[in-house]
Amino acid sequence: MISILTTIGIVVVLGREALLFFQTKEVSLGEFFSSTTWEPQIFEFGIWPLVRSTLMVGFIAVLVAVPLGLATAVYLSEYASDRARGLLKPVLEVLAGIPTVVYGYFALTFVTPLLRSLLGVSLVEIFNVASAGIVVGVLIIPLVSSMSEDALHAVPLSLREAAHGLGATKLEVSLRVVLPAALSGITAAIVVSVSRAIGETMVVAIAAGAAPRNWNLGKDGLFSTVLNPFISGETMTGHIVRISGGDLSYNSIDYDSVFAIGLMLFLMTLSLNMLSRRFVARFREVYE
Amino acid sequence: MPDENAFVRTTISESAKVMPAQLTSAMEIRSMNAYYGSFRAVKEVDLTIYDHYITALIGSSGCGKSTLLRALNRMNDLVPGARVEGDVHFHGTNIYADDVDPVEVRRRIGMVFQKPNPFPKSIYDNVAWGARVNGYRGNMAELVEGALRQAALWDEVKDKLDQSGYSLSGGQQQRLCIARTIAVKPEIILMDEPTSALDPVATLRIEELIQELKERYTIVIVTHNMQQAARASDFTAFLNMDEDRAGRVVEFGRTADIFTKPEHEETENYITGRFG
Amino acid sequence: MTAGEFPEGPQLDAQINRRRRRGAYLRISFLASLIVAILALLTLLFNIVNSAFGLVALESEVAPAALVEALGLDTTSSALVDLSKDDLVAVLRTNVNNNVGRRLERDQRFYDDRLVFETQTKWDELCGRAVDRPAGCSTGARGRDDVYALVIEQIVQPKVRETWLLFDSIFHRAGIEERAAALYPSADLVFRSWLSVDFVTSPQSPQAEVAGVRTAILGSLWIVGVTILFSFPVGVGAAVYLEEYARDTRLNRLVQTNINNLAGVPSIIYGMLGLAIFVRVLEAFTSGAAFGGVEGSVTANGRTVVSAGLTLGLLILPIIIINAQEAIRAVPQSLRSAGMALGASQWQTIRAHVLPNAIPGILTGAILAVARALGETAPLVVVGASTFITADPTGPFSKFTALPIQIFQWTSRPQDEFRNIAAAAIIVLLVLLLMLNATAIVLRNRYARRV
Repeated sequence: MISILTTIGIVVVLGREALLFFQTKEVSLGEFFSSTTWEPQIFEFGIWPLVRSTLMVGFIAVLVAVPLGLATAVYLSEYASDRARGLLKPVLEVLAGIPTVVYGYFALTFVTPLLRSLLGVSLVEIFNVASAGIVVGVLIIPLVSSMSEDALHAVPLSLREAAHGLGATKLEVSLRVVLPAALSGITAAIVVSVSRAIGETMVVAIAAGAAPRNWNLGKDGLFSTVLNPFISGETMTGHIVRISGGDLSYNSIDYDSVFAIGLMLFLMTLSLNMLSRRFVARFREVYE
Repeated sequence: MPDENAFVRTTISESAKVMPAQLTSAMEIRSMNAYYGSFRAVKEVDLTIYDHYITALIGSSGCGKSTLLRALNRMNDLVPGARVEGDVHFHGTNIYADDVDPVEVRRRIGMVFQKPNPFPKSIYDNVAWGARVNGYRGNMAELVEGALRQAALWDEVKDKLDQSGYSLSGGQQQRLCIARTIAVKPEIILMDEPTSALDPVATLRIEELIQELKERYTIVIVTHNMQQAARASDFTAFLNMDEDRAGRVVEFGRTADIFTKPEHEETENYITGRFG
Repeated sequence: MTAGEFPEGPQLDAQINRRRRRGAYLRISFLASLIVAILALLTLLFNIVNSAFGLVALESEVAPAALVEALGLDTTSSALVDLSKDDLVAVLRTNVNNNVGRRLERDQRFYDDRLVFETQTKWDELCGRAVDRPAGCSTGARGRDDVYALVIEQIVQPKVRETWLLFDSIFHRAGIEERAAALYPSADLVFRSWLSVDFVTSPQSPQAEVAGVRTAILGSLWIVGVTILFSFPVGVGAAVYLEEYARDTRLNRLVQTNINNLAGVPSIIYGMLGLAIFVRVLEAFTSGAAFGGVEGSVTANGRTVVSAGLTLGLLILPIIIINAQEAIRAVPQSLRSAGMALGASQWQTIRAHVLPNAIPGILTGAILAVARALGETAPLVVVGASTFITADPTGPFSKFTALPIQIFQWTSRPQDEFRNIAAAAIIVLLVLLLMLNATAIVLRNRYARRV
């Protein structure tokens, strides 16, 4: 079965190269997970600078996508007429069908200049995590909204009728019965969208910056550096693209390090996806 | 057609003559038509629901019983394309008048559905929910207990109020739904085949419960089970489908009269099982 | 129990009004969210169109008018564009040095009956050679437009000094003209559509003004071709197996979960898988060396069209399988029973009844998956798309670039002109995707009518 082979392939390949990486004398597992400096030239391999940007992009994206996507889903599922739905859903599908590299272009040539003119050129760097995060957020709106809409749709009509029968307004029915009833389905949507945001590559490769944001807690302020979304920062995916995009020689420590990052990314997204699946399963249990 | 309607009206008035003098009407339905899009589902209904009595709507499936019932608290508003013409008077106001809010109508005229449909919340929250959204300001725990007691469910659930409504059996769930309806203190309770999804034992409990509830509420119940109508109701309206597939009230009167000496041949055919 | 604790009378009206108002506000905010999403899409498209067209300040090395004047013609009545082929050749003759001229002529002759830069004897000798015989020996003469293009490329050499966006070009034209006049006195301000026939048909170039996407489009097509050849049969086969044959065993459930999980793996991970397996381990096959026949200079160490196509194939395989499974599941069970009842074997039933009925769904799913593959960038970067090649891919073992890769690289360049051509390339990509989606819809409708 090719699918099984693919999975085994992914695990074996990532695992083996990552193992090679950790076997080299320059790097240890402990350093990998504790150091806040990623500087391959001087053999500093701490994953945190990359994870920081990844999580930040994911966080900003979810901040953008969840309210917008969820509200969109509630509107489409509870309020929109069939005709309006027929007109509006394709728009979201188009949004979902646009290649991510186009979103990257959008982030760099539109959102970044917009942020810079709104917040000041001195505050916002040309490459910044915020812009990438916002655009990744836009990119996952269709995912959040379509999965949430499915969940809302699956809430039986009888529940809505019961709530109406008690003298609830449409909004009270939507927000206080349907939404809570669909909660595990919606949670699944959110978890999947986080996974998608973390794995998103091209937008961050283009707009977030091309150098890991190292920090030294003693020296750098928490808010001016570590948690500042307006300065550049390379994500895990962005780093993989930049390193492997050049002429990378096999068996170099760079090559192996990329696989260690990949393994980490794979495990992160896999566990998120499985978590989401569990939520969906629980949701189904209630209604089927 | 006009003749038939005239007949129905005389039937009603004649039945009314034999009613006790203190009979007061809770709802008066006058020349009501209900449509789904261009299809007329119920036509020219004239019917009076008497206060603190149980009225049963019977008839073969598809004859518009449920549509008629759902028109009484404007639940049909929720179905796209559905509309109602004519008057439905409740305390002298037409509930379909422009200045009447359906939300208020539904608070005063509650509904229990065919299949038990508790919310995926705790038993307590199921009962408290309607009261909460309607701005209840009294003691919630008391209200919940009172409603559960009236629904004859309190003793079974008092120790597990925080468990999910789904943890109950089908019959218990339906009584929970009745408690939920009672908790917003409606004047009329509409029941749409409330026992059709339940086993005989659970059905019996609900039927007994309905008799108890009659003390406090006016009840309209749709049923396809003639035994149930005969046993549980005071008044019965028989609906039948016309050639244009629209349902109409053929006969209305005291249950005892309808089942023993129906005035209309269609009614007799139906209750003696000759069709439907 | 008294009913007194519920709002009554005017209080009730006020309470319901309050609830209604809250409902209305939130409803508006829900709608607003949807509108934000739509606006985002519109902004995105506007932003691209905005960059793909607009004014440019073109500065030429040699003014076209000066060339016309040098021929002794009246500059007011004749412009460079209108010159005859003979005049244009004359311009080339006087302005291009002999080495360049000879190279141009060896690529393709100017006239069939005479030579411009070469001598007849040298030409005959060149064409008599067995190796390194110039291409010009066997092709026909250049046309007028071709010669004109050479004059522009070799002599006029227009350079873009500054570019403006479409929006500004239309609404702030006066300001732009002022600025252009002040900064680039000798430049022409012309309206330029970066998206043009030339753009689609020209190969890649380091100069934004003449760069095109032909190489990238061909690369994308080759890759997607390999992707389809690999993933469609395998995907449909797997779906048929899972739906029709597989028993509900633990192993099969595991396979199913596994497929669903694979669909959620970030695409870049597939790129790394492709890099490690197709590019490195299977280098002998993916570089074409194992099959011989590929000259050493063309191979790219396994970083070839095949590797890229297979990688994308793995990427869209789960999508194809899931879609095909759904399509097969939608075929009514009665059809299967009917087939089996007539004594057909399971495979005969599947082939004669199940597949024909499921094929529209399968195809639609597959086309959408291919659309996804066409737009994928990250895995190709990792697998090793060439950063700069001008040669069109000639087969599965060629080095490759692809449309999204090209967009990525141009977007990453600091110069404005590259942003413009990136936008133009995005339009090309979106049009391709649109065509694919339209095909999917047409296919679905056609089959839907027949069934």
